[in-house]
Order: sequence, then structure tokens, then C-alpha cells
Amino acid sequence: MSCAGSGMSVPASLTEPIFPPLRINPELVRGILVGFIRNEVRKVGFERVVLGLSGGVDSSLVATLATEALGADNVLALIMPYKTSDPKSRGDALQVVQQLGIHHLEIEISPQIDAYFARFPDADQKRRGNKMARERMSILYDQSWGWRALVIGTSNKTELLLGYGTIYGDMASAINPIGDLYKTQVWQLADAVGVPTSIVQKAPSADLWAGQSDETELGFQYRMIDQLLYYLVDRRYSVEELTRIGFDKTFIEDIVRRVRDNQYKRRLPVIAKLSSRTIDRDFRYPRDWGH
Amino acid sequence: MAGAWWRCPPAQPGTRVRQDGQLAVGLVQMDPALGDRARNLERHRQWVRQATETGVELLVFPELSLTGYFLKDLVAESAIPLDGAVMSELRALSKNLDVVLGGVIEDPDHRYFNASLYFSGGELVHVHRKVYLPTYGMFDEHRYFAAGDRFRSFKTGFGRAGMLVCEDIWHLSSAYVLSLEGVDMIICPSSSPGRGITTDERLGTAESYGLLCRTYAQFLTTFFLYCNRVGYEDGANFWGGSMVIGPNGDIIAQQKDADEALVLANLDLGDVRRERLANPLLRDERVELTINELRRVWHERTRKPY
Repeated sequence: MSCAGSGMSVPASLTEPIFPPLRINPELVRGILVGFIRNEVRKVGFERVVLGLSGGVDSSLVATLATEALGADNVLALIMPYKTSDPKSRGDALQVVQQLGIHHLEIEISPQIDAYFARFPDADQKRRGNKMARERMSILYDQSWGWRALVIGTSNKTELLLGYGTIYGDMASAINPIGDLYKTQVWQLADAVGVPTSIVQKAPSADLWAGQSDETELGFQYRMIDQLLYYLVDRRYSVEELTRIGFDKTFIEDIVRRVRDNQYKRRLPVIAKLSSRTIDRDFRYPRDWGH
Repeated sequence: MAGAWWRCPPAQPGTRVRQDGQLAVGLVQMDPALGDRARNLERHRQWVRQATETGVELLVFPELSLTGYFLKDLVAESAIPLDGAVMSELRALSKNLDVVLGGVIEDPDHRYFNASLYFSGGELVHVHRKVYLPTYGMFDEHRYFAAGDRFRSFKTGFGRAGMLVCEDIWHLSSAYVLSLEGVDMIICPSSSPGRGITTDERLGTAESYGLLCRTYAQFLTTFFLYCNRVGYEDGANFWGGSMVIGPNGDIIAQQKDADEALVLANLDLGDVRRERLANPLLRDERVELTINELRRVWHERTRKPY
């Protein structure tokens, strides 16, 4: 679809007023999330985290929070471009690495991706994109073993609800500090904790292929999606109520369908129940068991 | 005592009242380890030692301070019977000061309760089994716990006290009943997870609790001791903010942050009498009218054929 006239070509992260219910006190949120990282990493016996740093706002924010929580020496950022990735993304990632003084490794994933798809030349963009996301996940978990670190996730609430991510790819992590923040809130927090403005302001992109844009692909602006999700998920408005307060019916239906259809990505695999205590159904223990 | 597990020995009034009518209170805003009772008990001993050295006479721990909060299936294995060996270790904590702590208790009929226990002089004085078990949103207590069935006050060396655990205070009637028993203080151990992010200075949950605690203190003209835990469990953060409020609604002490802390306050126990002279709300309370109206409402609610 075309972006002309829809305002999508101009990212509106900080330039337009924020929908009031989604405005946050960044200091309060920052304190909670820094504490979360410190607590959930250390109490299970780790000191370090490893993350994939794309040069986008989500991973730049997580890198910043992790650095504050654990110290620059305990954060390893992996920059994992594919040959079609925007070189500007790599530059932005390196800027964050430099600003925070954290460890980094650059691992290009083109050789293994290309070797694999040489056997499946007809694979479409989405399939290739998913494979790249899982390749990066595989590298993250390998490095986490080598570096004795936890993988820290960078999926935000908007992406998780829409299922705009690759299951067992970028959605995989041990802990996720920003999974309960909408994209609109990620922008505010990132700006407040000192993520470079150019990163906060740029058009969000999964950068799986040249020129990809989240908002073009989703068909809607994040600021509109977040408003709708706020009413739908947080306030539990019905479709009728959403229509009454002015949301377009097609928009509502599209978002509701995405949330529902991607529920499987937010769950562990479905287990066929046989015994009287089945994992996660009636065998229920906290993750922080004994910590 | 054999078989009389529910009967608690009476408090020993006077043993700990200071001649000047003051009471040194300590709230332990701590971060219990989830499902590790031995480690938590050891930490209780450390806090008790520290509080004793500071001159604290009444020390309050948060809800489920012995076990942590989101126990799920760990409830059964974290439980202690009121007449078991662990209880003597808990009683021993109160040799030099009164102690309120939280744990899972297993009744002889194998029901598990989220309970707050008041110890004094090496004895168990009172047990409050949490009545209102939140089972909505992020909470699932009724899946694991049985609900308590009473609100009772008890005598301490510092006057009459009542205990309410966390969600209990979201129901106005619970504090109201204790107030009619003439309590001088309400003690509320809590494990409240923070949520509700806006542009406000504090989380929505913290605002709500602040409003509740101050309202009870001022309008029931009683001291209100709110001890909330800190730390994280499975991503949920506990916001602390423990506070001591006087019978006029003024905050005497409050921990602003979510760090572990021993929150100290000196209570002038005469404040209750003075406040009730200035503001005789309790004297003027129309208990019988309330009972009659409640009975009428209940009758009207239940007589409908369908």
C-alpha cells in the first residue's frame, strides 16, 4: 500500500502529541525495569546479558536499561546484519554500543542464510525473514552459553499482541523488560533514558529486507494501533464500544483478528493432556521457584 | 493445649507498655525468597536482631514473608501446621519484641490459609486467616488457599489490635468490623504488586493503597500500620511504600522507595484517645441501624424468586 498522505513516511514518535492514557512517567518506569533486570538476572545466578542490537529503538532501549542495571561490562550486544540490511542500522547500533561502552560482536548471517536458501531458491521474503530471525536467535543462545549470560528480549507489547514477530526467533528470550510497553511508550522511555534521537525518530523497521517498514506492512500507524490496543486490551472495550468512540470498523476487525490469530505465539506448545498433573495446566510453579 | 490448636494463649498485658505511652514500631519492607522458607526464616532472625538493637517493640513483616507470594503449587510444600516444630522457631522470634509475620498455615483438616500471625513473649497470640482471596487479573489465590471466615481483634501489650491481609482492606466492611471492636491499631501486612503506569509520580496501586490506609486511619480514628514487600517475582514488582499512619490520618512514617528497609516510627498511643475526643465518630456510629439496614438489604436481595 502507498504511504502517501497517510503520514507514514514521517515517523511520529515524538513529534506529535501522545495519546494521554499512554503517557508514562519515564523515571518511574525506568526504575522498575532496571530493578527488574538486576533482580531477575542475578537471582538465578547470572551477572550478564546478551542481546541482539539492530539499531532500532526497542533493542537500543533494552541495551540502555541493561547497562544501567548490570554495568557496561556485563552487557554483550550482537550486531547480526544480513547483506540486504540497511547499512544505516549497523551504524546506529554501533553508535549505541559506543555511547554505552558495552561489549559487541558483529556476526554477519549472510553465509549461512544463503547456503540454506541455495536449496530453496523459491522461498519468499517472509520465509527468509523468519529464517534470519531464527538464525539470530540461534547465535544469541550460543553466545549466551559461551559468555554465561541470559538472553534479554526486546519485543514490545504492540508487537507481541499483533504477533508481529517470529516465534522462536526475535520473540525468544529468557527475560523481557519491555514486553508490557506499547511502541508509543517505548519511544517516550527511550527518549528519556538517552537513546539517540535519530534512533527514536526513525521509521520502525524489522529490516528483514531493503526498505521494509513496520507501519507500511501493518497498514496502520503505531500510534493508532496503540490507542486501539489500549482500549481493547487494557480497558476491555467491546467492538461495539470501540466503534462508538470513533474507531473504523475495518481497522478494529483487522487488529482483533491479528491479536486472536497470533495467540499461539504467546503460549508454550499445546500439550495433549493425559495425566492428572500436566505441565502448565495443573503442574503450576513460578519461574522464580526457590529464588 | 492438646487438640486446642485454634485457642491462642492470651496476651500478657502490660509486659511491654512503656510508662510514657509510646510505642516503637518497625515495618520490615523485605524481599522474601520465593518458596525458600529456611532462608526466609533466617532473614527474619536477622531483621529481629536488628530491630531489637534499634529498640523496636512491635515488628511487622509483610504478607507471606516466610514464603514469598506467587507460590502457586508451592503452597502445600511451604505450609506449616500451627502445632509443629517450625512454630516453636517462630515463637522464639518474639522473645524480646512483638512480631507479626506471614506464612502459609495448614489446618488439621488440610486446608491451607494465607495467614498473618502475631507473636508476643515467645507465644502465638493471634492468627488472622486472609478472608478476601483475590482471584482475578494477575491473582489466583482462591485456586490455592482456603478463605478465612472472621475478623477478630485481640489484646496486645499496646492496646487492642486487628490484622487484615492485603486484599482484605479493599473491602470496607473488614476494617469497619475491627473498628467496632474498638481497635487502637490495624496492622496490614501486604504483598501488593505494582501496576498502572501513568504520568503520576507513583504507580496506580500505590495511590490506591495510600488512599485506603489514610481513609481507614482517619475515619476509624485508629493507627494504621501498612507493611508491603519489595522485590520481583516472575516479572511482577512489589512497590514497597510501607507506611505508618496516625488516627488523624497523618502519615507518621513512609518508605518512599521499593528498596529493602526497616521503617521506624514512634507512636504516641494517647493519640487515639485525643483523636476520638476531637472526632467522636466511633461514639456516634449507629451500629444497630447499620445491622438493621444490612439485614433488610440482604432480605431484599435473597427473597427474589429467580
